[in-house]
Amino acid sequence: MTQATAASSEQSPMNTAKADSLPMQAPTAKTATELPKEILVKWLYDMQLIREFENRTMQAYQQAKIGGFCHIYTGQEAVAVGTIGCVNHDDPVITAYRDHGHALARGMTPEACMAEMFGRTTGCAKGKGGSMHMFDRPNWLMGGHGIVSAQTPMGAGFAFAAKYELEVMGTGKKKVCLCYLGDGALDQGCFHEAQNLASLWDLPVIYILENNGYSMGTAIERHTANFENLVDRAKGYGIRGIEIDGLDIMNVYDKFKPLADECRETSRPAFVDLKTYRYQGHSMSDPQKYRTKEEVDQYKDKDSIAKLCADLMDMGHIDETGWKAMRKEIADIVRASVESADAAPIPDADELFTDVYANPEKNLSPTATYTHGTKNPLM
Amino acid sequence: MTMIETDIHPAIDNPALPMFLPEDQMPSRQGDRIIQFREALREAMSEEMRKDKRVFLLGEEVAQYNGAYKVSQGMLDEFGPKRIIDTPISENGFAGMAIAAAMTGLRPIVEFMSWSFSFVAADPILNNAPKMLYMSGGQFGCPIVFRGNDGAGGQLASTHSWCVEALYANVPGLKMAIPSNPYDAKGLLKTAINDPDPVFFMESERMLGDKAHVPEEEYYIPFGRARLAREGDAVTLVSFGRPVHFCLEAAETLAAEGIEVDVLDMRTIRPLDIESIIERVKVTNKVLVVDQSWPFASIASEVVTQICERCFDWLDSAPARLNTADVPTPYAKGLEYDYLPNPERIVGAVRKLINA
Repeated sequence: MTQATAASSEQSPMNTAKADSLPMQAPTAKTATELPKEILVKWLYDMQLIREFENRTMQAYQQAKIGGFCHIYTGQEAVAVGTIGCVNHDDPVITAYRDHGHALARGMTPEACMAEMFGRTTGCAKGKGGSMHMFDRPNWLMGGHGIVSAQTPMGAGFAFAAKYELEVMGTGKKKVCLCYLGDGALDQGCFHEAQNLASLWDLPVIYILENNGYSMGTAIERHTANFENLVDRAKGYGIRGIEIDGLDIMNVYDKFKPLADECRETSRPAFVDLKTYRYQGHSMSDPQKYRTKEEVDQYKDKDSIAKLCADLMDMGHIDETGWKAMRKEIADIVRASVESADAAPIPDADELFTDVYANPEKNLSPTATYTHGTKNPLM
Repeated sequence: MTMIETDIHPAIDNPALPMFLPEDQMPSRQGDRIIQFREALREAMSEEMRKDKRVFLLGEEVAQYNGAYKVSQGMLDEFGPKRIIDTPISENGFAGMAIAAAMTGLRPIVEFMSWSFSFVAADPILNNAPKMLYMSGGQFGCPIVFRGNDGAGGQLASTHSWCVEALYANVPGLKMAIPSNPYDAKGLLKTAINDPDPVFFMESERMLGDKAHVPEEEYYIPFGRARLAREGDAVTLVSFGRPVHFCLEAAETLAAEGIEVDVLDMRTIRPLDIESIIERVKVTNKVLVVDQSWPFASIASEVVTQICERCFDWLDSAPARLNTADVPTPYAKGLEYDYLPNPERIVGAVRKLINA
């Protein structure tokens, strides 16, 4: 972590004093093939990092090192890495509870993410949030939200705040908020309210539907009307919508980049029906009786990491040796994150009563005395 | 008015709390600047908005309509449509939106036309605002004010007459203020807007037209400080919000019979100024909590419990509570009156307590 140098963040209401080492600005290339090698290889790295991280997460869950609900992102890597790769570092990102992939793609360290699931003080929420509530303020990850679709009005809210800062306070800059949702969230009322508000008030938010075909165990044709024309639904709110094949990250960039730029420039919302697939069950406790192994295998044949790897080899950006070395490096990093999480301290009992109130006056509770507690490791 | 830096959580940017004056240096409650409760609320919001561009107001009919209850009358003219924002009837949507804005350091004031309409926004206001600081491990605060009419209006029947105090005050992470008069309304709302935590601010449709002297100057009333609205020796009446007036009316009736009672106006529910209650219980040794919400697991239940825990030995009889009748709010005028913790019911409860 290094000190941020951007002057605008000092004046903005939200002070993110620390930024990570990722590039601050989105690339300008119009198509993925024009992108510099470093970026394309970094995509492969980030996708493989998520894949490996999630495999280790499942292992740790099965060993009861991780508790609660745990939703695995494997299969959908091209979505988080590809779309986040199209925006600036200080564009807010918010998602639902299948959030480990977004956290890593945003730049959260595997240590902070894994330690959070292990319930340790070194976790991104000091062990208070767990798998479903990944927050990373220096990297503009505004959560991990556990209630289906609760993040969609908030996505409009971050877009609103950016616009308010610019127009009322005269600080900040043009931003675009990426708000992810699963197809189950399509059916919640608040998503419709959010789209209405975003369109009505010209808010620069992109609703990215990670359409993996299932709302928990209910297939899309059984849970949402007119499921083959979801873009039409957005049009009903005057929101531009497009469909994207989310298994090919180069394609994700080509389609999503112009949309993100336009959304930022015109301050108009957008909706993306990003077709993807999750390899694992809804959560770790899902026996997956609602789909066949053949269906899963069919998608695994179109695996997004294998696809990108093959493309990069064709382009001469990486070779077998390089790919092998990259996988080894990632495996080591992820293993180290598990080891460091396992060795990290569990929260003190005192930590139970911290971070409840920002101004913990007396008599707020008949039984508790609140304090600020330890500093968040990310801040 | 000087703002003081205090020990505010590092998640809050540019934190400042107002300088709270000692009670004897506060501007006088007596005077001839008589304005309505709704004007006091407006004055509080406008003063803070003039000083801090992070503050904005949104809600149904707050701008062009000048407020469904005229609380925000004229504010659109002064601050413009970017800061006084008319919303669709979409509480879940705009409450969630405002919470996100608060996370990034803005200071939204969300007006619910009625707290009865807040239930469709229960998820954002209960699941996000009060828990944001905790579940983000201290990374994101949520400095926001939700305000609106609470409690029975005038014959609005069961869906529009909610008292949400007991339901919502149960949730750790939020604060709750409930003024009973214009002077307190201004001072408490100004404090709420500057507080770095989510504040649930309870008003009453039946009190918006109440008139009293409200000082023109700026002043802030700290949370967690009750006001002894009337001093007696027979019984301490503990109340908050509109029923404080029922208590004061009952006190007049009782005084005519030679019974002098305390009326303690709590002003905030969370934090709860239990010390002031204990102080008065030590004088009167009898206590009646008057609460406009239902009795089961109510604020009165909480206050009575804390009294038992903290000053049981000072009581001459069991602490008593008087709530609204434990039924949905009726429409018929007489039934609605009987349902409320009205002055006649309070007088009856005090007599019973004295004779106990």
